[in-house]
Amino acid sequence: MRIITHDDGRCLTLRLLGELDHAAAQEVMPGIEDAVEEYLPRRCVLDLSGLSFMDSSGIAVILKTDRLLRQTGGALALCGVPRQVRRVLDVAGLTNIVPVLEDRAKECEQC
Amino acid sequence: MLTQKNYMKLEFPARSVNEGFARAAVAAFAAQLDPTLAEIGDIKTAVSEAVTNAVVHAYPDKLGTVQVRVRILPDERLEIVVKDHGIGIADVARARTPLYTTGGEERSGMGFTIMESFMDTLRVKSVPGRGTTVTMCRRIRRRA
Repeated sequence: MRIITHDDGRCLTLRLLGELDHAAAQEVMPGIEDAVEEYLPRRCVLDLSGLSFMDSSGIAVILKTDRLLRQTGGALALCGVPRQVRRVLDVAGLTNIVPVLEDRAKECEQC
Repeated sequence: MLTQKNYMKLEFPARSVNEGFARAAVAAFAAQLDPTLAEIGDIKTAVSEAVTNAVVHAYPDKLGTVQVRVRILPDERLEIVVKDHGIGIADVARARTPLYTTGGEERSGMGFTIMESFMDTLRVKSVPGRGTTVTMCRRIRRRA
């Protein structure tokens, strides 16, 4: 599991690469926490397009990241959601809590 | 009694690193039913949830084992059994409630809900102190 971090000054993008399961969640969460604490972004996007698999452990990662952002005065969104990941998010009702940017480039202009 | 057309069994230590192995192995076995990518995605997700539950909850004080048995039944149904000999679940109905977890904020409490949603049937049998058996089935429809 890898994280690629990109900050353009308005929006911190964290691109997750690999399979996000329980084992990977334990690896990836400290990296997300470090990035949020370092950049303290007003807007943070988790780019999930590099995920080849996600189970409910990923839901916990997203919820924890969302909580962290709220505590630091920021907001979280998701983008690049693959089909298998979308199924998991929909069953969990997560898209009612964390918005999914369907057209990331366009919506990020409003960041 | 249903006759199985094919089967496989796996056993591994309840280590987190084996979650990916288990779902990949079941997906590879299920491939002989010619499932769609969406069906394979659902099966892998359900297996991952069941195995992760065993890894996280079954053995708080020791390293036990997890068994995965998969059968292909004559009506193109895939039956997956994930079994541990751990501490068991005292209240299965409560454990199956969405968002219920004893795993802290690392867990979402959505594992059983996802298994129920992604598979046709889900049965959970647990005896405290003896272990838990999760049995789930999914029919793979023949493609024209």
